[in-house]
Amino acid sequence: MTKIHHELAPSGIENVSRRGVLQGLFATGGLVLAISLAPTRKAFADAPKWGADGMPHGTVNDTRTFVSIAPDGTVSIVCSRSEMGQGVRTGIPLIVADEMEADWSKVKIVQAPGDEAKYGNQDTDGSRSTRHFFRPMREVGAAARMMLEAAAAKRWNVDVADVEAKNHQVIQKSTGKALGYGELAADASMMPVPTGQTKDKMNNPSAASLRLKDPSQFRYIGKEGTNLVDGFDISTGRAKYGQDIRLPGTKYAVIARPPVMGGKVVSFDATEAKKVPGFVQIVEIPAPTFPLAFQPSGGIAVVADNTWAAMKARDALVIKWDDGPHASYDSAAYRTAMEETARKPGVSLRKEGDFAGAMASADKKVEGDYYIPHIAHATMEPPAASCQIVDGKAEVWTSVQSPQAAHDLVAKYLGFKPEDVTVHVTLLGGGFGRRSKPDFAVEAALVSKGIGGKPVKVVWTREDDIHNGFYHTVSAERLEAGLDKDGKVVAWRHNSVAPTIFSLFAADPKHEAALEQGMGLTDNPFDVKNVSIENGEAEAHTKIGWFRSVSNIPHAFAIQSFTAELAAAAGKDMKSFILDLIGPPRIVNIAGMVKEFWDYGENPEVHPVDTGRLRAVIELATEKAGWGRKLPPGHGLGLAVHRSFVTYVATVVEVAVDEKGAIKIPRVDVAIDCGPTVNPDRVRSQMEGAVIMGLGIAMMSEISFKDGKVQQSNFDDYQVLRIGDAPRETHVHIVPHGYDVPLGGVGEPGVPPVAPAMLNAVFAATGKRIRALPLRQQVSKA
Amino acid sequence: MFTLNVNGQAQKFDGDPSMPLLWYLRDELGLTGTKFGCGVAACGACTVHIDGEAVRACRTAISDVNGKSVTTIEGLDPEGNHPVQKAWRAVNVPQCGYCQAGQIMQAAAFLKQTPHPSDAEIDNAMYGNICRCGTYQRIRAAIKQASGA
Repeated sequence: MTKIHHELAPSGIENVSRRGVLQGLFATGGLVLAISLAPTRKAFADAPKWGADGMPHGTVNDTRTFVSIAPDGTVSIVCSRSEMGQGVRTGIPLIVADEMEADWSKVKIVQAPGDEAKYGNQDTDGSRSTRHFFRPMREVGAAARMMLEAAAAKRWNVDVADVEAKNHQVIQKSTGKALGYGELAADASMMPVPTGQTKDKMNNPSAASLRLKDPSQFRYIGKEGTNLVDGFDISTGRAKYGQDIRLPGTKYAVIARPPVMGGKVVSFDATEAKKVPGFVQIVEIPAPTFPLAFQPSGGIAVVADNTWAAMKARDALVIKWDDGPHASYDSAAYRTAMEETARKPGVSLRKEGDFAGAMASADKKVEGDYYIPHIAHATMEPPAASCQIVDGKAEVWTSVQSPQAAHDLVAKYLGFKPEDVTVHVTLLGGGFGRRSKPDFAVEAALVSKGIGGKPVKVVWTREDDIHNGFYHTVSAERLEAGLDKDGKVVAWRHNSVAPTIFSLFAADPKHEAALEQGMGLTDNPFDVKNVSIENGEAEAHTKIGWFRSVSNIPHAFAIQSFTAELAAAAGKDMKSFILDLIGPPRIVNIAGMVKEFWDYGENPEVHPVDTGRLRAVIELATEKAGWGRKLPPGHGLGLAVHRSFVTYVATVVEVAVDEKGAIKIPRVDVAIDCGPTVNPDRVRSQMEGAVIMGLGIAMMSEISFKDGKVQQSNFDDYQVLRIGDAPRETHVHIVPHGYDVPLGGVGEPGVPPVAPAMLNAVFAATGKRIRALPLRQQVSKA
Repeated sequence: MFTLNVNGQAQKFDGDPSMPLLWYLRDELGLTGTKFGCGVAACGACTVHIDGEAVRACRTAISDVNGKSVTTIEGLDPEGNHPVQKAWRAVNVPQCGYCQAGQIMQAAAFLKQTPHPSDAEIDNAMYGNICRCGTYQRIRAAIKQASGA
């Protein structure tokens, strides 16, 4: 009668799941809440597609898809989003568990394979998981709770109003007798699923038959003390990432890829490679067609009995490459060209008043050119994927942010029907946007196909990762402003020049798309009368990909650095200056100022640009940091604030610069307003991590190109922040909100203010203004 | 033929003497808790103990561990309850978790030699272990907690 509804990943990754409740759950057949009925997809056909509804496959709130209960009471909750360190495997199931009154210690997490028709959107990026799935996961949990209550009422033959689900039991209120969830599971699965789920424009749940908890009754949501579901496995080495999958009889492969984007193999000689003990086979990976999108780069795969033999055999390959059209890419020359472009007029994106006129009559004119180089994600786990093909069905195990995209691309490359491909999602050893691009999953499928479908793992080395990335864009940002005699900004020009992500997907548009413009450029909320926001042309010469917080990084760096420069020019304190510049608390109607305003896909009525919230995080961060306090010699405080992913973050960095220019960071304060929280500990950890990543960008990380090739190779020359460079203390301050306020993003918005806050602090400490990242030794050279 | 002891078990290997211990552990023994991060001893993700000392397995040839005892994260404590592991969980150190086995092995060897470290000693001992998620503040806190400070 009942049907097991969840695909569990076979072999190898079971222990991705919660320890201690692993055994036998699905083997018992005692499932439950999983009768095969068509899922009810939420659809509002006539409404604008905002937020989660605007994403491919939207959301699914069918409790039968996400929840099952074993006879022993173990509640299995499916996590359909990828865990890459943001805590989603803890946070999303926690929402369900809370709403269904499950005991968190009896919850097991099951990772969904790539199947958006079943689970809703699975693109784990854009800081969207909690903000888009909070409501549907509450509905999933509430429906499960009500079905359990209905089952108990029926068993006891009493009115459902007389029963109440509480902590993994349903209790009859009048008598106090109780039945455990395991005892009720089979009956509960036969109960009708509560319907009538609707939502208002503020994204608040409101339901006809579905009864959501009052937030005052939350047991886990928004509370402290939740440990990570994967904490035990991670601390004991049991946690499985893409690199860790070992299919029975697996072979291992590494791939020699073209050293320049768009390059091709002309010829190759594998004579010496074949002599390496353990060598198995060569598989040629076809060169991609344009546009590249997420295709593999092509090249020569070497298959061997172990990773080391594959690496040695690859070293022995002799390959003649045609480097293709980007063989002359030189990032130093490109920077000069971009900066020249930025000084000229660009395409007008936003224009208010008369910039030129106001500038001509300004009392003081200030200008600045800001530069950020390419950056590599350099996830701690280099990309990896395993694949085997049995009886015309391909199974892939990999660490991807976009399992559906991986699935679709594997099916396309293999010429398989969609139902003949399964993509199992492991833990991700970091994501940051890199693992949204499933090129490595396709490589594994092609190599497996090339060896007759046998199991194989494609391993990327760190050098492969650094050389074959989808790099954060390089950018030149030109800022010009005029101040009146009172030091008030009367004219503002910003010309942003950066190759676009969309060069990956079509003929290079050479201009930032609305998605990039909306990341801090055109949505600038400053209270200035005469504004010109422009975008100059820039051609892409490598793969440009999204990197944690994307175009907010260069835009916020330029704007927040320049604002501090203006404050200095006006002889004013940065905090009071930027509060004046932001102006009074109000809603800024960006959509009325630009042709197309992309605000993270969200409804402007739900998530307006609210300067009151922007001001409030400045007040909070500066108060906690002791802004204005007397500092020791060589110390400086820097402030920056930025709204991104519909969340507001202000960051204050304290630096200590010694006489040789060496920099230490005694303290960082971060204030975040992301609406209400699900797991505040993971909000703090995301801010702590964003500070480290932002400081790496500010201080040391750079990818450069010469002759079309990336000049860095590994962590010795592509530097990232280490523990000794990290702030002595980072304090995160979360603005409290009730659950009537819509949720904002958390994974990304901590990053953009870090670099400008840090360099504003360096300026405060030394008087030296750094306009080009990374900082490296620029202060000590002064 | 090389012989070594891994997590208390005798092992033999007659393959390529130049194979790094990392790939021997991961591909031959299936001990995937020891992670591949860089291959050049620049990130610390592959840290194991050889005769009690923290070593990068990616730059240690199998021939160099002949006759030695190797402990990996899987063998640090049979129940996963080494004080460092317990502290790591109590502080919720990990984000993605990929580097944490190496961090824990580095910290465990360090605390054995330096039971009550200063902040500077912690930073110095852990400098070779990269965490791209940026968990350094919690790593310091967990080491302090494990040291009983």
